Amino acid sequence: MASDPYPNNDSILSRLLNSLHRITSAWGTVVVQGITTLGDISLFAFQMFIWMFRARPKRETLMQNFYAVGVLSLPVVALTGTFIGMVLAIQSYHQFKNLGLETRLGAVINMSLVRELGPVLAATMLAGRVGSAMAAVLGTMRVTEQIDALTSMGANPIHYLVVPRFMACVLLIPALTVMADFMGIVGGYFYSVIILGIDHAQYLRNSRDFVGGFDLFTGVFKSVFFGAMIAIISCYRGFHCQPGAEGVGRAATAAFVQSFVMILALDIVLNIFLDAVYFTIWPTGAKLF
Amino acid sequence: MDESILTQLSTTSPLATRPILETRGMSLQFGRQVVLKDISVSLNRGETVAIIGESGCGKTMFLKALVGLLSPTSGSVIFDGQDIQKLNDQDMTNLRKRFGFVFQNAALFDSMTISQNIAFPLRQHGVPKGKQAQNLITERLAEVGLPSNVLQKRPSQLSGGMRKRVGLARALILEPDLLLYDEPTTGLDPIMSDIINELMMRTRKRYSVTSIIVTHDMHSARKVADRIIMLYPYSRLEVGEPQILFDGPPSQLERSRDRRVKQFVNGEAGERLMEMLASRGKGHPDTLNLVDLNSHHGTGEK
Repeated sequence: MASDPYPNNDSILSRLLNSLHRITSAWGTVVVQGITTLGDISLFAFQMFIWMFRARPKRETLMQNFYAVGVLSLPVVALTGTFIGMVLAIQSYHQFKNLGLETRLGAVINMSLVRELGPVLAATMLAGRVGSAMAAVLGTMRVTEQIDALTSMGANPIHYLVVPRFMACVLLIPALTVMADFMGIVGGYFYSVIILGIDHAQYLRNSRDFVGGFDLFTGVFKSVFFGAMIAIISCYRGFHCQPGAEGVGRAATAAFVQSFVMILALDIVLNIFLDAVYFTIWPTGAKLF
Repeated sequence: MDESILTQLSTTSPLATRPILETRGMSLQFGRQVVLKDISVSLNRGETVAIIGESGCGKTMFLKALVGLLSPTSGSVIFDGQDIQKLNDQDMTNLRKRFGFVFQNAALFDSMTISQNIAFPLRQHGVPKGKQAQNLITERLAEVGLPSNVLQKRPSQLSGGMRKRVGLARALILEPDLLLYDEPTTGLDPIMSDIINELMMRTRKRYSVTSIIVTHDMHSARKVADRIIMLYPYSRLEVGEPQILFDGPPSQLERSRDRRVKQFVNGEAGERLMEMLASRGKGHPDTLNLVDLNSHHGTGEK
């Protein structure tokens, strides 16, 4: 704890100055730490990009990570995708029915899924399932000196540990997103048509008319950035893990929380960007494909 | 001034042989915390040096700085005439073939089998391959006294002593010029400690390797080393005092006039006990009392 620079506790002024000093110093520390971490993460990502193009990771390490990120995440992404499709149907049905527009549910459900919920859900599941595991594994490796051991034996830990994880996340998250989209669409269709009894043909026609190729592209495009963000934040958190079980736990939690916040923040930025692209290409808002 | 003393100490070898490893005014600092200050040491080929000192004096950091796992804040580390901080990645990777590092808790990769762990440096440097590599692995494993049926096991299935021996086998696989041991006997039973000591001596004889052993096990240091360097925590030094309190053969340890060296060698807390009691008297809530300290004894360090 910082010692009081104005030790005369009697006067109100000195007490005021003391608390002001503490507040300023606390905020200063937060700001400095924030900027340092941001700089650190940027350097970490930069090094990772350099290594990615400098040497190809070994096939076996790549395959291991592809399996963990892609194949093992598939069931949970598919399951949550189905649920979210069904939930969308339940939530919007009554409001649309009151307006007599229940057949438009197809457009609403599928549009929200493909543009927003599919990619964000797949990314969230990936951050929770893979991101925190990455941070925990790398954190344990850091704490037990395995990362130092790698370096001491002439392997670059960023090349050996981070690049394959990054590639797995970036290359496989589009597939997971498509899976979440597909299962969401199936779930939404199942609830709307089979359970709520909305007309099958109209539901499909509405979906087809409103949801275009650009919407699907938007979701998949965004997911690539989410994947990159998850891998960089999680690996960074693991690499900078504090010693002990608590340190590893904190790294895993921080990896998920920070990835999730960044996914949503990136989502806003990318949506603004993609909207601008859309209206530049199709100023009238017409869908060409 | 330190440097001149150390140069004198290291002139026991002929002038023609240059030291294999040298640090010149090396300092290491984390934020405001100074860990190592102005350390100049010179190591001759084939020497076995034990670095002793209490926990937190920076001896492991020193070891890591020697092989480039940590970058010194100032000063330099010269390995075989090359300043390791000035090397590019490729040269550093090649240089690392000549180092073998035995980590405190072995640092075996849990995702790999023992065989893959020992083979890792071979795969990394691409020599040799196939059957030849397999023979080399079995040979090294036999050298450290482990049966070949552990090869397919995972590190988690082995005991601490076995893991350490696998760590040694892995460090030896490329027949390095310099072997670094980080607390090789810490956390082992006395029998296993003695086995590790014996292995360190045999390794030295067989490979005529230069070894640096970081330890606080005086029995091990005396038995294995032919030179002992004692580091002292920087924060406890007087202003301007050198951080190396002792540098010489083990037989000279007893003759050291420094009280702190004697205390460490004989395992006496000395004035630390008084300090502890004094701080207890001040009534800090976070101060341990003696009962607490005794109950924590032996679990403090991994």
